[in-house]
Amino acid sequence: MTRWVGASVPRKDGIGKATGQARYADDLVFPGMLHGRTIRSTVPRGRVRSVQLDFDPTGFTVVDFHDIPGRNACELIEQDQPFLVERDVRHMAEPIVLLAHEDRERLLAATVDIEYDADTPVFDPLESQGVLKAIDIVKGDVDAALAKADLIVEGTYRTGHQEHVYIEPNGVVAVPEEDGVVVYGSLQCPFYVIKALKSLLGASRHIRVVQTETGGGFGGKEEYPSMIAGHAVLLALKSGRPVKIIYDRVEDMVATTKRHPSIVRHRTGVTRDGRLVAMDVEVVLDGGAYVTLSPVVLSRGCIHAAGPYRCDNTRIRGRAMFTNTPPNGAFRGFGAPQTEFAIEVHMERIAETLGMDSVTLRELNALAPGDTTATGQVMRDDCSARLVLDEAVRRTDFRAKRDAYRGSNRAVGLSLFYHGAGFTGGGERTLNSKARLDLTERGVRIAVGSTEIGQGTRTMHAQIVAEAMGIPYEAVEVAQPDTSVVADSGPTVASRTCMVVGKILEECAVEMKTRLGAMSPAEYFAKHGGFSVLRKFEPPDWVEWDDHTYRGDAYATFAWGCDVVELEIDRDTFEVRPIALTAVHEFGRPIHPALARGQIEGGTAQGMGYALLEHVVMRNGAMANAQLTNYIIPTSLDTPEFDVVMLENPYPGGPFGAKGLGELPMDGPAPAVVNALRALALDVREVPATPEHLAECASR
Amino acid sequence: MRFTLNGETREAASPPMSRLLDVLREEFGLTGTKEGCGEGECGACTVLVEGEPVCSCLVPLVQVDGATVQTIEGLGDDHPLQHAFMNEVGAQCGICTPGMIMAALSLGDSPSLDEVKVALAGNLCRCTGYSAIYRAILKVKSP
Repeated sequence: MTRWVGASVPRKDGIGKATGQARYADDLVFPGMLHGRTIRSTVPRGRVRSVQLDFDPTGFTVVDFHDIPGRNACELIEQDQPFLVERDVRHMAEPIVLLAHEDRERLLAATVDIEYDADTPVFDPLESQGVLKAIDIVKGDVDAALAKADLIVEGTYRTGHQEHVYIEPNGVVAVPEEDGVVVYGSLQCPFYVIKALKSLLGASRHIRVVQTETGGGFGGKEEYPSMIAGHAVLLALKSGRPVKIIYDRVEDMVATTKRHPSIVRHRTGVTRDGRLVAMDVEVVLDGGAYVTLSPVVLSRGCIHAAGPYRCDNTRIRGRAMFTNTPPNGAFRGFGAPQTEFAIEVHMERIAETLGMDSVTLRELNALAPGDTTATGQVMRDDCSARLVLDEAVRRTDFRAKRDAYRGSNRAVGLSLFYHGAGFTGGGERTLNSKARLDLTERGVRIAVGSTEIGQGTRTMHAQIVAEAMGIPYEAVEVAQPDTSVVADSGPTVASRTCMVVGKILEECAVEMKTRLGAMSPAEYFAKHGGFSVLRKFEPPDWVEWDDHTYRGDAYATFAWGCDVVELEIDRDTFEVRPIALTAVHEFGRPIHPALARGQIEGGTAQGMGYALLEHVVMRNGAMANAQLTNYIIPTSLDTPEFDVVMLENPYPGGPFGAKGLGELPMDGPAPAVVNALRALALDVREVPATPEHLAECASR
Repeated sequence: MRFTLNGETREAASPPMSRLLDVLREEFGLTGTKEGCGEGECGACTVLVEGEPVCSCLVPLVQVDGATVQTIEGLGDDHPLQHAFMNEVGAQCGICTPGMIMAALSLGDSPSLDEVKVALAGNLCRCTGYSAIYRAILKVKSP
């Protein structure tokens, strides 16, 4: 029995948020502070011919690329994306000039005339000649197996952009300090920002990054805040004053990252009795104008592309392509929602072709312990594909409902999915994350760079430490992520904050407890003073991965899910009304059941928006509906009732058996919705399935 | 411009066409009211004017001349809805929370789930899928 782990204790940050006292980036005010603004490109591709300031410069600070003391490249996987355009423009809304002024009205009224020599842009990833990253996964002999298959089913599936719509837009404040600068910001990865700023500023300037309370991230504040921080720092250093840059909603939607659009093509060989014998998959992602995180998004997308199924002959060919649109980036699920949409809709079509029950097809092929994935990873006992499928089918009485609704305007649809937790392949080993626990006069303090972005980092980490040390939850405090104070526990991404960082904290706590002996933290502190325990992450010793051949254990473990959605369609307007959604998830063990449930409900709602509502309209390389008036996310009235089931199958490598959870719920809703629409005789192969698109499908 | 803010009579010096949101946040330092979209779609800036929920990003200061305005700060730190939002995890990232709570205040006694949904339809939350917010509100309003 555990006391704190498994209990829904009050959130550490709950009351601050419920009283409005929590401080977000835009709530910070510093004496002498200026407001910053970014002047952006208005062509999708070309060269800057001239830049003309068309305002009275009194009181303004103006920055362009000449003001960069170090390297004009936003350091990430590659160094190809400039902080400020020097000459070549590769997408709309690319930053060119920065302005700052203490009066916001004057700042917004200032105009800058930029002339360009325009080039012909490329918007279609299938027409692009620029391969940003290629990945090939090969298992067995696909061509031979396809030749011998009883049937071959083919299909092409598409997904569109998706905008994060964290309700707090991006924002940072840069404040000059004696020998350097401190950045306060709404962000997920303070140590990414530090790395980018060090490259930008060169020299040995002292830089500190502090995460303020962050109003949602979902991946959207993983890489882009480094860019905004760079801009604010350049303005702050030139003016010698604090500079705040807060994007408004339009700028946030037009300029920052989105989910990668995808085109996934399947050719699958099956036997008449429904066994998958060959899977040939091609994945194309639209990377946008710079590399940013696209190689790793493609990697996760490809690894998940064969779905949670066994098949001895699998070939997955992935390409991320350059186009002249703003770079696409991290978004909850990170490539997997796109490819799992494709395979789950394809499975439904395979069943249809075979004349077979699609649940039976999944039962026959679902991964089980001992089976191998496309990368050759052997499933261990924590593989739960059948567990979640069986429970979802039983609980919803899926087959009976499906049959009963036939011929009506109501239908049910199902999807089976999985999500690898933590960085892909050798990523966790390379990250070499650290966590630290401090013994203080108040008790124990967690000092990690993992950020609270709503998911409950502070609370869940404190529970793990309290449990492992046998001390009250209230005696554990959590330091605000400040890069000069906390240990670099790696980025807050990839469903790794609980499973990976939580595990290091558990080990820190065990070590601290041993050192305290029979004494309480207070007794020890009174007698000997404080001390700290710092530990590094050690991946399980059996994890093997070859980045060149793409063979091995892609993830230490996977979380599993099965969604069943029930919906109704209006045959005149093609409006779809989701009625209920059952989400059966297995993610080891919930540390905090109410927080875990919140992740599942919230991620599922986001997935429902992806499925039905969220349509990014791109015109001439820029988002044309960059407003919440016409980019529609689910409201309370669009969101169905959720029936959430959390099954347990502890993972020995996680803290108290926990796996990663945050991204899993995003993978299931879109294919479940489209599979329900298929039961209504609508042959849908892309999302969002807007009424306009469904009308098109119906008239085909 | 004079109005009653969280129970006290206050004089505002901002220009009459200033957004009420900016007056609250910048002139009075009440930063619990948040800006999410600036066009009345997200509801993060919801405050009560004469007891009715409004998006303070759409209301010019002149319009509240002589009126009563209540913000999240006016609830103090011990309101049952605040505790319920904390205990039911109705707040994740927290940026929509003050606006959600202000919108919920306008609900009558013992609302049904459908009434709660309608009352919150102008307040976007991207974290919770709304369910935990319903649980928090119903716990207080329809125990």
